[in-house]
Amino acid sequence: MDDLYRENILDHYRYPQNKGHLENPDIHYHDVNPFCGDEITMELKLDGDRIVDVAFDGKGCAISMASASMLTEEIKGMTLDEVKALDKDFILDMLGIEIGPVRLKCALLSLKVVKAGVWGLEEWPE
Amino acid sequence: MPSITEIRNDFPILQQEIHGHPLAFLDSAASSQKPVQVIEAMDQYYRTTHANVHRGVHTLSENATAAYENARLRLARFLNAASPREIIFTRNATESLNLVAYSWGRTNLSAGDEVLITEMEHHSNIVPWQLVCEMTGATLRFVPITSRGELDFEALDDLLTERTKLFAFTAMSNVLGTINPVAELVEQAHAVGAIAVVDGAQSVPHLATDVQALDADFLALSSHKMLGPTGVGALYGKRALLEAMPPFLGGGDMIREVKMTGSSWNDLPYKFEAGTPAIAEVIGLGAAVDYLNDLDMDWVATHEREITTYAWEQIHQVEGVRVLGPGPDRRGGLLAFVLGDIHPHDVAAVLDMEGIAVRAGHHCAQPIHDHYGISATTRASFYVYNTKAEVDRFVAALYKTKEIFEF
Repeated sequence: MDDLYRENILDHYRYPQNKGHLENPDIHYHDVNPFCGDEITMELKLDGDRIVDVAFDGKGCAISMASASMLTEEIKGMTLDEVKALDKDFILDMLGIEIGPVRLKCALLSLKVVKAGVWGLEEWPE
Repeated sequence: MPSITEIRNDFPILQQEIHGHPLAFLDSAASSQKPVQVIEAMDQYYRTTHANVHRGVHTLSENATAAYENARLRLARFLNAASPREIIFTRNATESLNLVAYSWGRTNLSAGDEVLITEMEHHSNIVPWQLVCEMTGATLRFVPITSRGELDFEALDDLLTERTKLFAFTAMSNVLGTINPVAELVEQAHAVGAIAVVDGAQSVPHLATDVQALDADFLALSSHKMLGPTGVGALYGKRALLEAMPPFLGGGDMIREVKMTGSSWNDLPYKFEAGTPAIAEVIGLGAAVDYLNDLDMDWVATHEREITTYAWEQIHQVEGVRVLGPGPDRRGGLLAFVLGDIHPHDVAAVLDMEGIAVRAGHHCAQPIHDHYGISATTRASFYVYNTKAEVDRFVAALYKTKEIFEF
């Protein structure tokens, strides 16, 4: 099993990094996964186009929460363009587990939220 | 009395391992598995009998039509319908309910009328009524549920009035497991002049159903939850009501005459079966009905009651488990629950690694989950092929889940 719930995933789930809110974030975005009701908010503080602080909040399964927690660590220090270039494979490498198509949505929710925020979307286009 | 080993041997899909463990399939409320008798009936049909039905005069078409209509007859008997003409084949229970909403609802509802449903309905018995109320100006009302997960009968008395034209309710909740007193609810609906629509998707596979004894006006069912294939369901409707209703879908097979100026409709049940139907699937459903008859529906109900009571007792040994809905004496063969604050997807994923298939999510019944203030549950559901040993594995896996998530 052990595959899906490796120690690094469980660690981030139990002790999430950068969980909470920032004061006056420059970018703030919130979205839900209608399939399971998971929800994530991402907040970024910028210096120019570089991310200097990140926070996330939300509720969901271990995969979505661990993914969000790890992602906040990864993107701190990145430029907005670097975040825009992140993709599914980046998240899978980061998690280090194999994920089926259904749970993939859980894993990718935090990236979807942060990219929407970075692209400045008001909401996801229909 | 069939032995559980014999029954399990009829289901090829159960003879496999998942992640190194024998498959324990506890997700039949979502969709049941199929016995070899059903699979072979469909296979044989395609190998020897297939042609379009109700059309050709050649031998294959005659044989295909006979097999198709024979399945209708067997389903009619299974439900104790007065006539096979009262059985309409659809794609699933959802389409059956939509048929009533669109055909009966659009004809008979108008502003000032009320449609009554309950808070424990599956989305398929909510959304069609929302749509038809929007179209007709009728008002949709909900019977609330009690903290025990049963219908609030006092509220029902107030909500069921002469304004109520239609009362639609589930015979068995797919989340709470609650078995509703269908005959009494139908009688109450009739007392105010409303018609009664029963969602039998969860009940028909598990409890003997007699539509005449229930006096239901309509009853919807799905084949794939009762050992049959996907892609086919049925609507039972009282003949007088069906005769008076306009067609739902237009096309081939449902017409008597088509002129450039207009068309007239075929007799029941064909008026409601536009286009080439799912012939092989209907034949598969017929084989599923035979299989259930051979097992005997009273045996099915007794077997499930035994497993469910056992599962109820065992799951309550696990600290932190909260099961939604009433006790095992008043529920069908399913348990939807939360395990502390562990997300149902995580519970289901750990169980899957142990070879145990359960459902996680809102089970297409968000209003119930809203009622309890939770977004999702994990659900284990039981059918003819499940055993107490599988329940033991399921409960052991819940302990393992708690261990992993340190709850």
